[in-house]
Amino acid sequence: MSEIDVGVVAEQIAESDQISEPSGAPELGRPRRRKEDGRLLTGRTRWTDNLSRPGLLYVTFLRSPMAHARITRVDVSGAIGLPGVVAAFSGRDFADEQGSLPCGWPVSEDIVIPDHPPMAVSEVRYVGEAVACVVATDRYRAADALEAIDVEYEPLPAVVDMREALSPDSPKVHPEGNKAFSVKIESGDVEAAFRDAPVVIDRTYVQQRLIPTAMEPRAVMAETDGDSYTVWSATQIPHILRVMLAVITGIPEHKIRVIAPDVGGGFGSKLQVTAEEVLCLLLARRLGKPVKWTESRSEGNMTVHHGRDQIQHVRLAADADGRIRGLRVDLLADMGAYLMLVTPGVPLLGAALFNAIYKMDAYEFGCTGVFTTKMPTDAYRGAGRPEATFAIERTMDELAAELGLDPMEVRRRNWIRHDEFPYTTVSGLTYDSGNYEAATDRAMALFGYDKLRAEQADRRDRGDPVQLGIGVSTYTEMCGLAPSRLLGEARYAVGGWEHGSVRMLPTGKVEVITGTSPHGQGHVTSWSQIVSDALGVPFDDVTVLHGDTAVAHKGMDTYGSRSLVVGGVAVLKACEKVKEKARRLAAHLLECSPDDLEFHAGAFQVKGTEQRKTIQELAYAAFTAHDLPEGAEARLDSDATFDPENYSFPHGTHLCAVEVDTETGMVKIRSYVAVDDVGRVVNPLIVEGQVHGGIAQGVAQALFEEAVYDADGNLLTTTMADYLLPSAADLPAFVTDRTETPATSNPLGVKGVGEAGTIASTPAVVNAVVDALRPFGVADVRMPCTPERVWRALEGAGR
Amino acid sequence: MIPAQFDYVRPGSLAEACAELAADEDAKVLAGGQSLLPLLRLRLAYPSKLVDVGRLPELSGVHDRGDHVYIGAMTTHDEVIRSAVVTEGCPLLALATATVADPAVRHRGTLGGSLAHADPAGDLPAVVLALDGVLVAGSEEGEREIPAAEFFVDYLETALRPGEVLAGVKIPKLGPGWGFHYEKFHRTAQAWAIVGVAAAVRRADGAIAEARIGLTNMGATPLRAAAAESALRGAELGDQVRQACEMADEGTSPPADLHAQPDYRRHLARVLTRRAVLAAAGSP
Amino acid sequence: MPRITVTVDGITYEEDVEPRLLLVHLLRDRLGKTGTPVGCDTSNCGACTVMLDGRSVKSCSVLAVQADGCDVVTIEGLGAGGSMHPMQRAFHEEHALQCGYCTPGMVMAAIDLLRDDPDPSEEAIRHGLEGNLCRCTGYCNIVRAVRRGAQEMGQAVKTS
Repeated sequence: MSEIDVGVVAEQIAESDQISEPSGAPELGRPRRRKEDGRLLTGRTRWTDNLSRPGLLYVTFLRSPMAHARITRVDVSGAIGLPGVVAAFSGRDFADEQGSLPCGWPVSEDIVIPDHPPMAVSEVRYVGEAVACVVATDRYRAADALEAIDVEYEPLPAVVDMREALSPDSPKVHPEGNKAFSVKIESGDVEAAFRDAPVVIDRTYVQQRLIPTAMEPRAVMAETDGDSYTVWSATQIPHILRVMLAVITGIPEHKIRVIAPDVGGGFGSKLQVTAEEVLCLLLARRLGKPVKWTESRSEGNMTVHHGRDQIQHVRLAADADGRIRGLRVDLLADMGAYLMLVTPGVPLLGAALFNAIYKMDAYEFGCTGVFTTKMPTDAYRGAGRPEATFAIERTMDELAAELGLDPMEVRRRNWIRHDEFPYTTVSGLTYDSGNYEAATDRAMALFGYDKLRAEQADRRDRGDPVQLGIGVSTYTEMCGLAPSRLLGEARYAVGGWEHGSVRMLPTGKVEVITGTSPHGQGHVTSWSQIVSDALGVPFDDVTVLHGDTAVAHKGMDTYGSRSLVVGGVAVLKACEKVKEKARRLAAHLLECSPDDLEFHAGAFQVKGTEQRKTIQELAYAAFTAHDLPEGAEARLDSDATFDPENYSFPHGTHLCAVEVDTETGMVKIRSYVAVDDVGRVVNPLIVEGQVHGGIAQGVAQALFEEAVYDADGNLLTTTMADYLLPSAADLPAFVTDRTETPATSNPLGVKGVGEAGTIASTPAVVNAVVDALRPFGVADVRMPCTPERVWRALEGAGR
Repeated sequence: MIPAQFDYVRPGSLAEACAELAADEDAKVLAGGQSLLPLLRLRLAYPSKLVDVGRLPELSGVHDRGDHVYIGAMTTHDEVIRSAVVTEGCPLLALATATVADPAVRHRGTLGGSLAHADPAGDLPAVVLALDGVLVAGSEEGEREIPAAEFFVDYLETALRPGEVLAGVKIPKLGPGWGFHYEKFHRTAQAWAIVGVAAAVRRADGAIAEARIGLTNMGATPLRAAAAESALRGAELGDQVRQACEMADEGTSPPADLHAQPDYRRHLARVLTRRAVLAAAGSP
Repeated sequence: MPRITVTVDGITYEEDVEPRLLLVHLLRDRLGKTGTPVGCDTSNCGACTVMLDGRSVKSCSVLAVQADGCDVVTIEGLGAGGSMHPMQRAFHEEHALQCGYCTPGMVMAAIDLLRDDPDPSEEAIRHGLEGNLCRCTGYCNIVRAVRRGAQEMGQAVKTS
């Protein structure tokens, strides 16, 4: 039998060699079209809401209409007996088993982590908090039955404003008070830096609250076979979720399998352990039946964690020539009603980045986390770093204006020069590589900076009602989260390593398993490129599995622009181990020393001879195991974890020109140029796509989006008709280019690109708006720079 | 989200539809559903029954009737935009309709539905008001004509009586010499108008002979900028038009909402009216 | 319960439906056509866009009963004979999708837009897609894809 099979397999191997492209051309850097696209383009998708199980039941949640209230009575009996209704429960029904939703980042000694029951039992603290649920045979009947549940509330005062929340006579969100934590960091002699400083810029910026709005609403399905449990969730973090579900519910970890099927975007919003995930698991256990919950968009706007929401007080001391002496930053960060997975850590992710790319001797950072009766905040694309970058980049423009200098000139006088890397900043980070001059020169040339400045001067002279503004943002960020050691020092609950495994299949194809959990980032394609180069196998011969804890048994998931920098490298390292095993096998079969073998184009060749073994042949040899080296196992596979020694530091220069209609206040982006340095590029198409999307979200914060609560704590932006996301018609084409300074902290030289665009773009746009209005006496416009806000800024400045 | 339960009928004639509505005061007319379905899904409306008039042949189509254009209530926005009769006979309606929502919504949404919904933030009520349109209501008793000035009674409220269905709209044709413009001001392409201005302007001898101006989202109903209209009579392009348009917000009571406060809306109404008038006068 | 007849991607179905059943739920929950996703409650996002009698509609804002007697084409029914529609191919070539959730609606809206304007400018494309929201791509590559799709579809017409 083996002979026939060998023949077939050999033929397949030969075939795959024929159809493959010459493996000489490196895959890294190649604009490969994505392997992911076919299914997504033809509707053969596996969104969680697409999935079903025999006898599936649908869950809906009744949500609090009050921002803050004591629950005095919940009566679900009206729902029981309605057509299709299987069960209805209040928070009290799960009080003994639902545990508390976790906070994985207790940032300080003084932190207050309140109990956070998935379904409220005695008190609600934000509009949208779940108070009861219905399980029914279909989603229509489940929705109907919610209206038959009776809840009595005893209203308590809402706490909406962060500053008021900290006043001693404010009503309390939690008995412990409204301060969640405070953190202070100091470096250098800040007092001295500010003493007698010729220039001090003192500004307060508001980072408005945002709703992340991944296009796929959240959905969860859970089932049990009586012993073990499977949870499907639209999550970015199946591995972390599995651990947390075990800790919260007491179900042993090895009895829980979590699957993230196709996930339609996250942007941090699906980096969470949610009430609905816990409750669906518990409902499946209680009822012994599969259950599914899918949120509606208006439900999601209320109850998917929000982003940003900080008040930033920034003081910068400089010399008369614009050189920075020191920086003081005081943040108030709105936590919302509870601390969720990384809620308190988000503002601190920016703590070391306010000093950005600039040299200075003194820096002080303080942050107070504040409880309010609003939806908790947590990670949203960039998480802490966009806020920090905005504050410093806005302030650099203010410094330039104060000194009558060009904003780029002020930056040049302060930034770290390319010959100064590696450079340890005042906040203690060591930037390994970068070239701010090169990225800026390229961006200025693409933008036509001088020509636009001339046009701006002309419009000012003419008193054109449409004024031109030019905004600059020279950013860096820290990503590739992250060195586990540093995370531990920052009191982060888990590590920052990533895992990858690579196995050669008998037919010479390659199965890669990654601990990252892509939801739009194209890991299947990029990882295939990495493996193709590392093993010399055709790109098409690689498959990548992910997002199922029963398949990808180790992982730290996808967030913080970490996947390629950490996970991609883990896969590369696994490939290297596979190659070493293959080398030993090849040496055995070719009867030579491993050192006599050269690896080239997917084959080991005895130096100076024609004798060779392809990796595919070796895979088959390992499978048959007819002739293995002494002590070798019958496998050609390996796995690896990678834990970087440092963060990575993408950087770049973004330039934005806006036209501001001074009569109406309308802002229109005229042109946008981004030159990013994200280190070595695996797939330029994917990198460019990430930059485009990142810029769009950053522009959206600058101009369009804001989650608005009224004084009673009601969310006013519950639908997409009120929370305005930009469409294609609202954005310009972005001009993008790259410089490439490889990272030194990982063997691929990559830096991460998921968040860079969002971090860079917001200040570029707002700087442009303010630049247009400065001649009228306007020094700031609060985000989003709506037409009305721009108009009021002009009116307030007396034009 | 999921609508609450309701009954559904698809009557074969306007008379039948009217009878259905007369028999059940909680029944609602279903036209294209582009305003109604989101309301039902958010459970902001609980009709007992939807009376689907979307397919009634007598309610659809655009007809050239000499001195006016008659548009069946169930004519979709898309059909309105494509109709040569509309673009020639009442181009302002075509201009404004092209700004309603987005292409997919315009394929389903109808002129009659928009008017009967009477949302002052909708683009088309102000246009029909500016053009002195006449709304034709059908009922079991027959047809009744309601001038646009009397049709929009209050926020989301019209002069239609129980048992009446909006059958169509008559838009008087304006003679030669008229120009048109719809100036819509909104934050994103698919957002509702913060303010909209529908202007029809007749020029003679380098000045404005006559102007008709409808305002979107400047009160509980669409409004005419009456003071500006009279001040524009005889105004020369330039400072006189500018001054006249400063009166555009007289008599309005604009709402306060997430996107704008009343004083800003008043300011916008003045600026946008000037722009709309000048554009309609061929002098942007 | 009204009985409706509706053709979806070439197959005719007879279904008894509640009057309130949304077309998108008929497609997804009853007919298993899960290629068309739902992204909002207010017909803003366009993820659920399908062709109804040849024109793009948001299937979350159409009742199944309103589709009685109609022909529906979803993303699943676009290609012929196992190959992708030129617009689908163009989205692939131009990397016009990331997470892919908006993609079915975006592709349908793009095809609809070309019916009236087979050679649209960038501005026409951007306005033609104003009813479809994407959170991943910043739209740059979507615009490029529609240009490419238009060229290839134009080519297809010319050579056929």
